[in-house]
Amino acid sequence: MEIITEEEVRHVARLARLALSEEEVKKFQRQLEKILEYVAKLRELNLEGVEPTTHVIPVVNRLREDRGKESLSKEEALSNAPNTEKGHFRVPKVIE
Amino acid sequence: MELCEQSAFVLHQMLVSKEISCREILLSLLNRIHSRDLNAYITLFEEEALKEAERVDQQIKRGEDLSPWTGIPLAVKDNICIQGKPTTCGSKILTSFQPPYDASVISKLKEKDCLFIGKTNMDEFAMGSSNENSHYHPVRNPWDPTRVPGGSSGGSVAAVASGQAIWALGSDTGGSIRQPASFCGVVGLKPTYGRVSRYGLVAFASSLDQIGPIARTVQDCALLLEAIAGYDSLDSTSLDRPVPLYSTNLKREMQGMKMGIPREFFGEGLDSKVEERIRFAIHQLEEAGVEPLEISLPHTEYAIATYYLIATAEASSNLARYDGVRYGYRTKSFRDLYEMQSKTRQEGFGDEVKRRIMLGTYALSAGYYEAYYGRAQKARTLIRRDFDQAFEKVDFILTPTAPTQAFKIGEKIEDPLQMYLSDIYTVSPSLAGVPALSLPLDIPKDGLPIGLQFIGKTLEEEKLLQIAFACEEMKILDNSISS
Amino acid sequence: MDFEVMIGVEVHAQLLTKTKIFCGCSTNFGRNPNTQVCPICLGMPGVLPVLNQEAVELAIRAALALHCKILRRERFARKGYFYPDLPKGYQISQYEEPFAAEGILSFERNGNCKTIRIKRMNLEEDAGKLIHEEDRGSLVDFNRCGVPLLEIATEPDLTSPKDTHTFLAELRQILQYLEVSSGDMEKGHLRCEPNISLKKPGQSEWGTRTELKNLNSLKGVEKGLLFEIRRQKRLLESGQPIRQETLLWDEKREIALPMRVKEEAGDYRYFPEPDLVPLVIDEEWIERVKRSLPELPDDRKKRFVETYKIREQDAQTLTLTRRLADYFEEVVKIHSDFTLAANWIITEVLGILHEKNLSIGDLSVTPARLAGLFHLIQDETISKKMAKEIFVKMVESGKQADEIVRVQGGQIRDEAEVERIIEEVLKGNSEEKVRYQSGEVKLMGYFIGQVMKRTDGKANPRMVNEILRKMLEGNPQKSGVQKK
Ligand SMILES: [Zn+2]
Repeated sequence: MEIITEEEVRHVARLARLALSEEEVKKFQRQLEKILEYVAKLRELNLEGVEPTTHVIPVVNRLREDRGKESLSKEEALSNAPNTEKGHFRVPKVIE
Repeated sequence: MELCEQSAFVLHQMLVSKEISCREILLSLLNRIHSRDLNAYITLFEEEALKEAERVDQQIKRGEDLSPWTGIPLAVKDNICIQGKPTTCGSKILTSFQPPYDASVISKLKEKDCLFIGKTNMDEFAMGSSNENSHYHPVRNPWDPTRVPGGSSGGSVAAVASGQAIWALGSDTGGSIRQPASFCGVVGLKPTYGRVSRYGLVAFASSLDQIGPIARTVQDCALLLEAIAGYDSLDSTSLDRPVPLYSTNLKREMQGMKMGIPREFFGEGLDSKVEERIRFAIHQLEEAGVEPLEISLPHTEYAIATYYLIATAEASSNLARYDGVRYGYRTKSFRDLYEMQSKTRQEGFGDEVKRRIMLGTYALSAGYYEAYYGRAQKARTLIRRDFDQAFEKVDFILTPTAPTQAFKIGEKIEDPLQMYLSDIYTVSPSLAGVPALSLPLDIPKDGLPIGLQFIGKTLEEEKLLQIAFACEEMKILDNSISS
Repeated sequence: MDFEVMIGVEVHAQLLTKTKIFCGCSTNFGRNPNTQVCPICLGMPGVLPVLNQEAVELAIRAALALHCKILRRERFARKGYFYPDLPKGYQISQYEEPFAAEGILSFERNGNCKTIRIKRMNLEEDAGKLIHEEDRGSLVDFNRCGVPLLEIATEPDLTSPKDTHTFLAELRQILQYLEVSSGDMEKGHLRCEPNISLKKPGQSEWGTRTELKNLNSLKGVEKGLLFEIRRQKRLLESGQPIRQETLLWDEKREIALPMRVKEEAGDYRYFPEPDLVPLVIDEEWIERVKRSLPELPDDRKKRFVETYKIREQDAQTLTLTRRLADYFEEVVKIHSDFTLAANWIITEVLGILHEKNLSIGDLSVTPARLAGLFHLIQDETISKKMAKEIFVKMVESGKQADEIVRVQGGQIRDEAEVERIIEEVLKGNSEEKVRYQSGEVKLMGYFIGQVMKRTDGKANPRMVNEILRKMLEGNPQKSGVQKK
């Protein structure tokens, strides 16, 4: 049985906002299948009682004081944007 | 020797003694860049660098003190932000993006009057081991242009290896400095996670990414690390620990040191030529009084699986910001927001990046988290423990950097899993967060470099550099350049 | 048909910090669009968040006030979804490890005390603002993006829109009182998203839960909930299914319409935020915040028991809300019979609030006026029984106690007057008098009743008792009593 189906590939692509072609769906299904088959070897490990590692460093409580820093100018903030209007970022309507 | 082939250390002396000008160094480099197309750079700051060199030369004329970094041209991997300069990450999606901020390492280097020569080519978003995943086309290995330079810091490494840069900054997530350093025969160091600020390094996998130095000599590597290491209040994960004077404390007595040789790193898949050279290096170190100890890092075989799950999960999230709203590429035609975002990302990302986003998204999606990401995080704990236990017995660990020499362009591009497996020796130290350094060994008759990896305890970059420096003194390694 | 209603709420309160939660941009509002933004809150490539200490302190305050357990070690998580007002494609929030959990908030309405359980409390960042333009798409302003939010989620312990209104008002008051949030709903500084489900009486299963968004005032919350309850009722009564969905309240049209969502919505791919290190909140930190707090209800309760020597149960009731506790303390500042004050407020004051559907803040009888009434009881101008009636009149007329007493008269405490009335009573009941004197002492109650009847209950009971006894038990001489 497949670990990941083409339908799942399409679902994941929607989640990730990737408009994959049908060809890519087929290709990624094949490749992801192989990779997932490989990473399944982690199931051999007995991980009971093992704490997950989120950070490799023993640092806690990095906090900053509630003090202001200079913001960007509006021009700087918008300078890289593909489409702007009236000091805003412009985006297409949310739902067709 | 041409100026572009000199070390930063020597060039500094020559500048101080007014033997040469900064402009001469720069012209030598530019000449090399233009005469030999390796596609190492995405952006060159030719004019600006010349102006900067002019300014440094004025400084010298006025007899001002020069820092060891002043005026020594540096190449910067194109995922490290320099204010107002294009930062592409080797991706179409960041077309024409110019950050209005400097990465913290760049701020530090600017304070030291370092001279930036350009931004180097890389695998898109640092995802790759061959530099074939760049939107700006592959980089060529200076030792054999039909071969890959390794990746993802292929541009930085190829530039340093060919005299197109004196030194360079790279980034290393699972081997992206060390593996290309091994393929191109230069010194590359991945510091302890947290040693160097990540602020302004475009994120691939946040819990693994580190910026590191690439140079032709150990001393230059130490000098560059000295400039960029240290605490940064802008990076919550940076370590608040003093920075040693790496470049001046390089001498160390090797007699009596213990080196661990992990048996898991000398098994199946290791090319015999590579193994032979590594064994010979071990022998040479033994002659110098270093005691070899066979050790075990028992979870090594799980490192690749662990690494690819963690790295892709984090990447899928880190790359969600490229949606065509605030910066970068936006697709031309769309009916609504969903289509704009999906087409922008579809067209803006390359094949490997999409594959990893897919894998990472899948591994985090409802119902699969525990089976994949959760499990990988626990396996990471076991891998870290392996290193902790090993370092109770040894001062450092010696391994090959990569299982093979540089492979042919196109050789592995069709098989992503095979490509992932070539990171086998570099991902474990990344997962453990410990420092690791790749040293170029004597170049064999086939002319393709081989790298030796030293892995150290957390924050023991100094010791690694000292060991590497001793190797250099003993002529175990080869600093030669491909010109 | 009557349905049972179950409501839980999710509240987002903007914290009163000067700067955003992960960057140094100002949180002042009303500036020009995209002028309070920086690479960090715009989610530019390579930037990193650093947590604002003040946001943590304010969250600790709120957690203490709501009796939550604060997690000693917690992590932030990324909640992933694509929306143009969310620059990074994920929101930094808390997931597996909340900031705090298992709290309570009690409030009083109509004299009933209710306790609502707080499920969890999270620190997170706000998103930007989308301005929708008909057909032309939207404009995005990121000034608000990255402002610290405290998300407070309750268990579904609320049973009506009115309850929900009161709960929110109470919560808002606490947050304002602690200077944690401005609580301004109209400005969106406090947002409330209730979830509602219904059940026919006698049935064990609750119906499908829906969620309401875009409620911009307490009135709006109430109206929105009423609308949604009616809608669910109609569906249930006609046997139609209720879909699990989120509805948007349209304030102008006073209707709630379902939000349209993509099928994959809801799969947020949470995972621990690797860019932030764990937050460790130790006892010392909590103690330090506690010391800087205005007195919390629990401490106040203990102090009430110690200082005023009232029963713990009464102290509990009196400190359920800050306003009620304040009221009590104002009264006992002026009048020192603490037990009388406590009993009175708990029975009479809460009783009338319940009866009249009022809150303590609406009460026209100020603490000083109530204390005035107690003085009249103490100096025996009026009896406790009379006081109750006078209190009702005070509430209704808005007059002070002594004004009312002046008009209707106080207790009859003139002994001659009392004696005269008793004589009349004994005259008219000579048979009972004989029976008493021959040993039927339980008739005493009868005589007292007769006296009270004649005086409209105004005769001083102690005096009546004394004089009656003397006159019945063979000492009919007036002098003994009169001269005392
Ligand atoms: Zn900001």
